[in-house]
Amino acid sequence: MSFYEQAVTYGGWDDSVFDQVSASDVERALSKEEINQRDYFALLSPAARPYLETMAKKAQAKTLRHFGKAMQLFLPLYLSDYCVNICKYCSFSADQNFPRRRLTMDEVEKEAKVISDMGIKHIILLSGESYQHSSIAYLQESMRVLSKYFSSVGLEIQPLEESEYEELVASGVDGLTVYQEVYNYDIYKDIHVKGPKKNYKYRLDTPERGAKAGMRAVNVGALLGLDDWRKESFAAGMHAAYLQDRYLETDVSVSFPRIRPHAGSYEPKVDVGDADLVQAMLALRLFLPNAGITLSTRESPELRDKLLQLGVTKISASSSTEVGGYSEPDNTQSQFEISDERSVAEMKRVLKSQGFQPIVKDWQMI
Amino acid sequence: MNDPLTIAGVDLSSRLFTGTGKFGDHKVMKEAIQSSGSEVVTVAVRRVDVEAGDENVIADIPADVQLMPNTSGARTADEAVRIARLAKASGLGDWIKIEVISDQKYLLPDNEETVKATEILVNEGFTVLPYMSPDLMAAKRMEEAGAAAVMPLGAPIGSNKGIRMKDMVQIIIDEIAVPVVVDAGIGKPSEAAEAMEMGADAVLVNTAIATAEDPVQMAEAFARAVKAGRQAYRAGLGPTAVTAEASSPLTGFLFE
Repeated sequence: MSFYEQAVTYGGWDDSVFDQVSASDVERALSKEEINQRDYFALLSPAARPYLETMAKKAQAKTLRHFGKAMQLFLPLYLSDYCVNICKYCSFSADQNFPRRRLTMDEVEKEAKVISDMGIKHIILLSGESYQHSSIAYLQESMRVLSKYFSSVGLEIQPLEESEYEELVASGVDGLTVYQEVYNYDIYKDIHVKGPKKNYKYRLDTPERGAKAGMRAVNVGALLGLDDWRKESFAAGMHAAYLQDRYLETDVSVSFPRIRPHAGSYEPKVDVGDADLVQAMLALRLFLPNAGITLSTRESPELRDKLLQLGVTKISASSSTEVGGYSEPDNTQSQFEISDERSVAEMKRVLKSQGFQPIVKDWQMI
Repeated sequence: MNDPLTIAGVDLSSRLFTGTGKFGDHKVMKEAIQSSGSEVVTVAVRRVDVEAGDENVIADIPADVQLMPNTSGARTADEAVRIARLAKASGLGDWIKIEVISDQKYLLPDNEETVKATEILVNEGFTVLPYMSPDLMAAKRMEEAGAAAVMPLGAPIGSNKGIRMKDMVQIIIDEIAVPVVVDAGIGKPSEAAEAMEMGADAVLVNTAIATAEDPVQMAEAFARAVKAGRQAYRAGLGPTAVTAEASSPLTGFLFE
């Protein structure tokens, strides 16, 4: 089994496919307590746009019931920016010229200390995609250092084999984030110019391999701006549902990253407005009430503060997207510019003022 | 009315158990626990952060309540056992609510794994209160394994749907000798009262209190409902009849 057939189908739809949805389809979806795939589709359509407020109220109530007034905080830790892929939209792309760097174990520890001193217990490890530089052995060595500081560590690195994920789970890694970037097959092939990332299906099946290997949590998403956001977020939501249905033990989350400016300045193909982002998030929440929704510092403080009430369950704060960026800021190339630079302490204050309890620890390696 | 509930030698005058998750802040949580009069409070071990100082949730649980750490996050019996040991080692006491959820979509408890964890933890000296799907055979196995109480769900957790599993929960109440605590699904005080009228020994309410607009008021409302339900149960509810029975159309001829 694979999500492949579905993914290629949704990604290949004509953009006008959502125009067939009528207002009464949307109203029918909104009248239900639990919605199905058809309803999810309807809620992503242009016809649903006048119903955003109704969707927001329902989404907020559902989030409250399933997750409570609690918001998980995490930070990314960049280990390495070596990358073997050439991708048109990414600043770590192998054809970008800048001095590459990989943290030594001393540097991993330095970064860990700074992050840990902020009161953060959950992190995600990121790297460019290089099997040589972000090797299993290197990650295991890093985990020996990081286990002392953090209670939960996730990965966002190059796709690996199931057996390799098993080894990493044994070393304490408990989460896996891998975005398909774009579900549209032709666009995927076009923007991933060179390198192993060109393999659409291998990447698509990665969260499934992670779930099989015993990752407690997997996170999927589409990089919004590479193709029509309705199709892409529908495909991402269906991918999450596919995983949730087959891997009951796995916590499934979805992210809605929008393309941010960076070195190489790739121009997004499709403009994804704030209302579009909100509609994508709300529809997902109504479709998958138990799925986590992650929000990064790509978005502005003003927008993030509003999005907190609309179904989000996990946020990052004060993130550095460069290797070694917490202990030595502005030393090298960042993966993308962050928009929200507020510190962990400031984010905690914002959360409290909005009635949320900031959660820094929600699991620990046992 | 002196009607204590005794669990593992601890006399409890309140039959409302509460939780600590889903609250917007610890201060409100503390006030809500106080206004609920609850004497048993459950807390997720995975969220307890002993290094957090003031932000440690334990610091805001009233000192005179019985702590009932729970193993939420556990996917297997083995994980639940390890979390329970961690709770004891962290000084959270030896009561443990076993929660083994191997289904992240509906969040339904895994009875088979829960029975296994109950056996192991009872042998290790824990006071074990397993959260379970209302299945009589599983409840019997947990009781035989030495559970101090069983905690069947009324409806899926966080659903606020009320006692949807009413008939199954009633069977457990009727057949299981250890205390039965209805846990999960109770969305309104009237539903808590309903569980108590059915003969449940106690109820555990978290979501409905924590996510209310005014958790402190809601906690008190639940406390009253639980008392009323218990009193009604003790007083003996009258039989209910759908229609008035003024005559005996089928057997009246016998006495004509």
